[in-house]
Amino acid sequence: MLINQFLLLGALLFCMGVYGVLTRKNAVMVLLSIELILNSVNINLLAFDAMNGGSDGNVFALYIIAVAAAEVGVGLAMVLLIYRNRKSISLDDLSEMKG
Amino acid sequence: MVLASDIQVAQNIGFGIIAVMMILAGVGVIASRNVVHAALSLVVVMAGAAAQYVLLKAEFVAVTQVLVYIGAVMVLFLFGVMLTRAQLGKDADLNNKNAAIAAPVALLLFGVLAYVLIDGFADEKISATTGAGATPQDTAVISDLIFKPYLLPFWALSFVLLAAVIGAIVLARKD
Repeated sequence: MLINQFLLLGALLFCMGVYGVLTRKNAVMVLLSIELILNSVNINLLAFDAMNGGSDGNVFALYIIAVAAAEVGVGLAMVLLIYRNRKSISLDDLSEMKG
Repeated sequence: MVLASDIQVAQNIGFGIIAVMMILAGVGVIASRNVVHAALSLVVVMAGAAAQYVLLKAEFVAVTQVLVYIGAVMVLFLFGVMLTRAQLGKDADLNNKNAAIAAPVALLLFGVLAYVLIDGFADEKISATTGAGATPQDTAVISDLIFKPYLLPFWALSFVLLAAVIGAIVLARKD
């Protein structure tokens, strides 16, 4: 197997995730797209790990999975808080930071 | 000379099938008009990623992916969808007006990445016999790495998880 087939798959998923983050309005959908990006990074890490014949990439991938779980927990708590305060999770309505 | 064992026909066919499945499901995640359908498409992407990890000889990460992502994170997402009472049917109001900008950005990014990868790793191969997962004690190797050279990041990660759990409880608590 070539390493490029895994790297290109990861790149494609990464770009899909970027597109999703940029176009989605619903906050939950943006978090879903971020998960797509994190998965593509894990595929890249494990592909390089298999190419170099070590095990360090597996450790990094496990740490990324743990960080992603923490990120989803905090992110969904924030989404719930926003929903409770304004009955909507449309990110376009969150414009208080605009000058 | 190219040996038949170097080409790995079966693995390549498996990779192709799983990759096509993952890409179709990924399009479902970013294009679906229904929040629950998008979340279930993400399950397919994650399961496909776990299968690719097995092809990459990382069985332990694959099992962790299934347990943590498909088991825990997706349940969290479905709870998020339910608690925010996002419409369970078709929801036309899911995208903003940025598609005209986002599509060129994503395509340009993919073009640059693909050019760099094809230029840099033209025909580098993943060796079949060496590397992680070639031997049954691979998980022991990973645990040795976690608890010896990567112990400090492991501690930091424990604190991050603890802080995230406490933060999530504080944020989502009703009072």
